[in-house]
Amino acid sequence: MTAKPVPRPNADTAPYWEACNEERLLYQKCGACGHNQFYPRSICAKCGGGELAWTEAAPTGAVHSFTVVERAPSEAFKPDIPYVLALVDMADGYRMMMNVVDCDPAAVEIGMAVRIVFENRHGQKLPQATPA
Amino acid sequence: MADNAIITGVHNTKVGKVPGSSAMSLHAEAALGAIADAGLALGDIDGVICAYILTENYPMLSSAFCEYLGIEPNFNAGLNGGGATGAMMVMQAASLVETGQCRHVLCVAGDSRVSGMTRDQAVAVLADFGHPQFEVPYGISIPAAYALVARRYMHETGATLEHLAALAVTHRAHAAMHPDAHMQDPITMDDVAAARTIASPLRLLDCCLISDGGAAYVVSAPDAARDTARHPVRVLGAGQGHTHEHISQAPSLTDFGCKNAAARAFAKAGVTPSDIDVAEIYDSFTITLLVELESIGFFATGEAGPAALAGELTHGGRLPCNTHGGLLSFGHSGAAGGMFHIVEAVRQLRHEAADRQVPDAELCFAHGDGGILSAHCSLVLGRG
Ligand SMILES: [Zn+2]
Repeated sequence: MTAKPVPRPNADTAPYWEACNEERLLYQKCGACGHNQFYPRSICAKCGGGELAWTEAAPTGAVHSFTVVERAPSEAFKPDIPYVLALVDMADGYRMMMNVVDCDPAAVEIGMAVRIVFENRHGQKLPQATPA
Repeated sequence: MADNAIITGVHNTKVGKVPGSSAMSLHAEAALGAIADAGLALGDIDGVICAYILTENYPMLSSAFCEYLGIEPNFNAGLNGGGATGAMMVMQAASLVETGQCRHVLCVAGDSRVSGMTRDQAVAVLADFGHPQFEVPYGISIPAAYALVARRYMHETGATLEHLAALAVTHRAHAAMHPDAHMQDPITMDDVAAARTIASPLRLLDCCLISDGGAAYVVSAPDAARDTARHPVRVLGAGQGHTHEHISQAPSLTDFGCKNAAARAFAKAGVTPSDIDVAEIYDSFTITLLVELESIGFFATGEAGPAALAGELTHGGRLPCNTHGGLLSFGHSGAAGGMFHIVEAVRQLRHEAADRQVPDAELCFAHGDGGILSAHCSLVLGRG
């Protein structure tokens, strides 16, 4: 059986994933326009500026939308079915895709408050959401 | 863009499980079919636009296709806007003939997504369309991405599962009127409701098919109409809209680039949605079409679903839509999937759609979207 995919950091994202391994969640704040950016990039997608400061995120948010996945995209996710895939609006004003874990899928709803926990995926820690 | 290009030939191969087909054989069959439909010879083609395939690896697909067919065009390029590619090809080909760079541009795509790969392989390859670091590790699939849109859209607009089911049932009824369609057996509202959930709220019958198939068209200079066999179809307007690639980066889950794409196409054509006689709009999922019908402005927010239930999207209704059955029931074979809509648009405007014909159709709106409602291209086509 194939393993679940592990993110492969690149030059843009390595600091983000290294911080995840310390169970800290980061985003980028633009020094030119103040935009809070996720996912990490080499430039600000709002203004094109390059002064991006890694900033510690408030590890909380609310479910913007979600789905309970019943057909897995690959063999590796079949044991997890049914699992919740969600878009979470983070307290710092950006959006992340995560699973909602340690929670009955039937209990998830739009607007539900969540907090960040970290899943250890073959040595790389991955942010996940769980009911706050 | 008044009358700077015409569509002179179209063709679709058989769609569904096509034994003995390869991606390239489907390309070739579609291409030769469209050229013959136009009444042209292979040597008349001086431009070629291809898209992409998933079942084989050709980094320069358009070059590989020309080599396979044995042609040496003056212009040759690949386009990849996902499901929007079919409409983008027309827009791109129109500008090639408008600027005099080409006289007859062949646009062609096809893939053997049934015969060339297993269903699990198809699902896995398609899942790789998620962001590799920020979506794929969370088990995203294409249905799950559209389900995120569906859940939010239903939350904000009051759209219901019954509205989505009405779209699926209408598409199957349309496919039953097309001899080449992949799925022709009628389905009921109860069948959709009873179908297993793929990613809630979307059920199996809310999802498009996975098919073998190919499609092609020839886009020509307006004065080439006299060289060709069929009633010409005019490209009156085209426009694009792009907001994101990955659904987690979409600025909104209820409003998408189709709004700007359509507004640009309508403005160029000098018409409005109420002028349109028939629409062929991308329907990778029932929710895709529902969102696009409202975002483009054919229906006010919250009204497309009730309209589908009331029969407004079929023959005799306010806006007959996807008269071939769409991706939901005619078939979906990669970039060719979005081309089937345009092939059908051309047949409607030529008044060659047999039992499916919308009487006296003069103006058609065609639209493709790629990714997760990411890349959009709209066309306004007119009977020449
Ligand atoms: Zn900035």
